[in-house]
Amino acid sequence: MARSRKKGPYVDTKLLRKVENMNEGTAKRVMKTWSRRSTIVPAMIGHTIAVHNGRIHIPIYISENMVGHKLGEFAPTRKFGGHAGQERSSRVR
Amino acid sequence: MARIAGVDIPREKRVEIALTYIFGIGLPTSQKILAATAVSPDTRVKDLTDEETQKIRREIEDRYKVEGDLRREVSMSIKRLMDIGCYRGQRHKLGLPVRGQKTKTNARTRKGPRRTVAGKKMATK
Repeated sequence: MARSRKKGPYVDTKLLRKVENMNEGTAKRVMKTWSRRSTIVPAMIGHTIAVHNGRIHIPIYISENMVGHKLGEFAPTRKFGGHAGQERSSRVR
Repeated sequence: MARIAGVDIPREKRVEIALTYIFGIGLPTSQKILAATAVSPDTRVKDLTDEETQKIRREIEDRYKVEGDLRREVSMSIKRLMDIGCYRGQRHKLGLPVRGQKTKTNARTRKGPRRTVAGKKMATK
């Protein structure tokens, strides 16, 4: 079920604070976060956020049409390099 | 003769059904259109008056996105998912199920015909 409109998008308060601090200053740094469950809000556009995938932080540059997705959608937690001995040609489009 | 929203020409059928031959119009949408234009859903397409056809045509043009436009919208949405590199986009790129279905078995609609791997051991009982 979709989240209630009334509540607005969910963003971890800690992350939101970080983003706002960054917006006030001019310095742009990569911010690490474990909060994969946070929704991407317009305030984050243009920043690079390093999202934890369970092992490492994957840097993600937030662009405009990512708004509304969750951070976790951009940092895959599984790694699949194809099966042993498989030709890689047909898989890549 | 009965040409609505492009190339669709279903003739002998009831309008209600005939309209569903248009991409983007199913039964519910078709029924809504006919209710809005006050055309009986039971009339055959060949029995429609020119006026009625015209009304239906206008209704569809004004209110609904069908055929090419709709197809374009769908593929654009998919392209957007692939471009931003999110999980759903990755699944589209790989040709695997997008909505979390299992892929250990089944998923043949997305994966296409089976490609048997040589030398893979069969499960023994």
